[in-house]
Amino acid sequence: MTHLATSRRTAAPRIGEDAPRPDGVPKVAGTFAFSSDLHHDRMLWGGTLRSPHASARIRSLDISAAVAVTGVHAVLTHEDVPGSPNYGLEHRDQPVLAADVVRYEGEPVAIVAADNPEAVRMAIDAIAVDYEPLEPLVDPDLAERADPIHPDGNLVRRINLVHGDQGVRGEVQVEGIYEVGMQDQAFLGPESGMAVPAEDGGIDLYVATQWLHSDRDQVADCLGLDTARVRLTLSGVGGAFGAREDLSLHVHLCMLALHTRRPVKMVYSREESFHGHVHRHPARMWFRHHADRDGTIVRVESRLVLDGGAYASSSGAVIANATCFAVGPYRVPSAHIDGAVVRTNNPPCGAMRGFGAVQTCFAHEAQMDRLADALEMDPVELRLHNALAPGDELLTGQTITGTAPVAEVIRTCADHPSGASMAVDPMELPGGAGRTADPEHVVRGEAFALGFKNLLFSEGFDDSSEASCRLADGVATITSACAEVGQGFVTLAQQITREVLGVDGVVLLPASTDGIGSAGSTSASRQTWMSGGAIQEACGQVRVQLLDRLAFEHGVDAADLVVADGRVVSMAGGLEVDLAEATAEPIEASVVFRHAPTLPLDGNGQGDAHVSFAFSAHRAIVDVDVELGLVKVVELTTSQDVGRVLNPLQTVGQLEGGAAQGVGLAVMEEVLVQDGRIRNASFTDYLVPTALDMPPVEIAALIEQAEPGAPFGAKGIGEPPSISSTAAVAAAIRDATGLDLPRVPVRPTDIVFPEGAA
Amino acid sequence: MSTDPFVLEVNGRSHEVTDAHPGESLLRVLRERLGLAGSKNACEEGECGSCTVLVDGQTVCSCLVLASTAAGRQITTIEGVAGDDGLSHVQEAFVDAGAVQCGFCTPGLIVSTGSLLESDPDPSDLAVREAISGNLCRCTGYGRVLEAVHLAATRLGGST
Repeated sequence: MTHLATSRRTAAPRIGEDAPRPDGVPKVAGTFAFSSDLHHDRMLWGGTLRSPHASARIRSLDISAAVAVTGVHAVLTHEDVPGSPNYGLEHRDQPVLAADVVRYEGEPVAIVAADNPEAVRMAIDAIAVDYEPLEPLVDPDLAERADPIHPDGNLVRRINLVHGDQGVRGEVQVEGIYEVGMQDQAFLGPESGMAVPAEDGGIDLYVATQWLHSDRDQVADCLGLDTARVRLTLSGVGGAFGAREDLSLHVHLCMLALHTRRPVKMVYSREESFHGHVHRHPARMWFRHHADRDGTIVRVESRLVLDGGAYASSSGAVIANATCFAVGPYRVPSAHIDGAVVRTNNPPCGAMRGFGAVQTCFAHEAQMDRLADALEMDPVELRLHNALAPGDELLTGQTITGTAPVAEVIRTCADHPSGASMAVDPMELPGGAGRTADPEHVVRGEAFALGFKNLLFSEGFDDSSEASCRLADGVATITSACAEVGQGFVTLAQQITREVLGVDGVVLLPASTDGIGSAGSTSASRQTWMSGGAIQEACGQVRVQLLDRLAFEHGVDAADLVVADGRVVSMAGGLEVDLAEATAEPIEASVVFRHAPTLPLDGNGQGDAHVSFAFSAHRAIVDVDVELGLVKVVELTTSQDVGRVLNPLQTVGQLEGGAAQGVGLAVMEEVLVQDGRIRNASFTDYLVPTALDMPPVEIAALIEQAEPGAPFGAKGIGEPPSISSTAAVAAAIRDATGLDLPRVPVRPTDIVFPEGAA
Repeated sequence: MSTDPFVLEVNGRSHEVTDAHPGESLLRVLRERLGLAGSKNACEEGECGSCTVLVDGQTVCSCLVLASTAAGRQITTIEGVAGDDGLSHVQEAFVDAGAVQCGFCTPGLIVSTGSLLESDPDPSDLAVREAISGNLCRCTGYGRVLEAVHLAATRLGGST
């Protein structure tokens, strides 16, 4: 266990220290260039015409009036897409621009470039589209029986996981149906970027994304260009959380720039952003848990239906996670989990922090509490009794060979003393600044939840990361296409380099597709491990070359040399060389880093599909105004399995920030979709937790057990905080109110009219 | 159609705005016409606080202010927070306390924090939370932001 107080603070911090972000100063000074801040003297503005219908046939499309608007340089439709008409992360099933049908509200139909945003808007308004509206398919439960809304059919993926003896029945059974609403990533920096046509007929795209090389390949495909002529450079990213894993305006910008031979800039409005990226999948989940009287879980049955919306995005991987981790971090010897993700005319869904594990955690933790009730057992004891441990088998038949400090995570979180006092200021009561709460109607609840998920990509996917290191004149230059989206990889990259090479000066080149291979996606809690691992190995190779060179030059044994504080010295004494001098002749190394291979799931959802796992627990304390149905989350306490802490300050930041998104899903965040149309596409109507909504997050423990294969033993830490937090808050509201509350977000009406009168 | 030219006093400098459309917000003029892109554009309807600036010492969402109505007033943006001798205490505290992740909300939060500490040099946690409740942050969960505000308050107190 690490205590933050033990961390060191030095001028050039290394592993385990509170290194400040290298981009911190420009970010506080307001000079850091986000993708919406880009400017070019010759630039045009771009914009997008989107479908107002969730489902419609396009009878005709007339752009003549739009072309005639003063200041307009291009109006392009599906006919102008030079290459592949479709793109997509897993399946190329999503049109760059709609041709004969639109399948969700907000689907792009035409794009415009003009001298200024006003001309863009006028041109968009002047495009005449004759739609024949169709009855949208909006109920995911009906999708498999309904007429296909897409040539690929309405079932995106089903995993029928069958594990262990199917004849097992428990002495005690509990059953429940649960639902999770659609959450938005709500990053603050809107989708934006700039495409600049290049001399060679290619294109340079500056954009905020999570995965430059995947974007590059899809963009090149759609433009009909060789990948060598499509160069992407990461622009400042204003948060991501999964919503920037898919393409948004990328191909549109490039088409407009290539067509006009001018740089083109585009910035989505907030409303457009809600239509312009995928959301967290809404889920409907049925569970039946079987246990023996002593609390041992013997079997779990479950059916999961996730609404993928109109296009596949990463739905296939999301349902795999939801299914594989459906029962939580518990030993379950027998299971049948039927997981399906379907296509509807609702907004497309894909990656969001926690990626399928968030939805099922809400359900399996509610089931664990129900089971504890039925057994008249302490809910924390029930969890401890069934907690996974190294050597145990998962639902997929895979044995956990790495670390799994589940019991430690449970105990440290549950035993941590609470600092929560009763509210004194009315602002601290439910309803907050509205000062609506009557303290007599406020009840307090407390509950505990546990969650886990996989780290890195699964099911045989080779998500390698390439990095190079060049040590010259004592300064290390690192090249990696890893997308910094706010998580702090740029800090870790410097720390890792300093640790391995003993240098203070580390330069991290801008992330781009030029001159380096893919770093993989900034998702799945994978970059510390994968790109961190690539940098560690590249620096390690440079170090070996350096020591070999000096050993040869000075006739000493390389094993006797150490690098520290900008010098190379021999332990036996006698040799001391300044690193800058020793690297006047530069040394370089480039590495493609791979994690241990995984296998696809078989027809029964069985197989060694995952690399590693991370576990977290949250305890929530809430106050509920039962008269008004308002909730105030008073305190969150957490423990997390982190492998090893590389940067204490950033670790705390991830745990607090992830928990905030979990609180949001528990009590306020939902994309309201009615007849396939989003009703609250703004920050006025889609509520994100403010500083008054968020409680303090107490970190009970960071469990440090070095994970084999991970650089310095560090696990990814970004996602677990968003997994168990929602479940804990919802359970605490149940504890306070005595209500079932089988759905998140918990709405005021769910508390005031619990019988569904709302 | 453009409005009549007007002059904006931003960070102690006069800028003549000659080509703005009548409906342009102060945020749009700052970002697109004056090249001051530090104020951010996350919601453009006054909910997120990313565009917070000071107008005559008051914090406002610059996306909700018509640019021409700010003529003749003293406007301070994030670009005017740092002095000639470097970052302000608030800016330094945000870096040191780990309050910056993606950084998109940071300029607005720093302007709001500076304004809070002017009127309340030693705010309670609740006072800080209320003062910054108009600034959405999606990355940090506000924990390190609170730390940063208190750190800045301590340092400012120590420097007077």
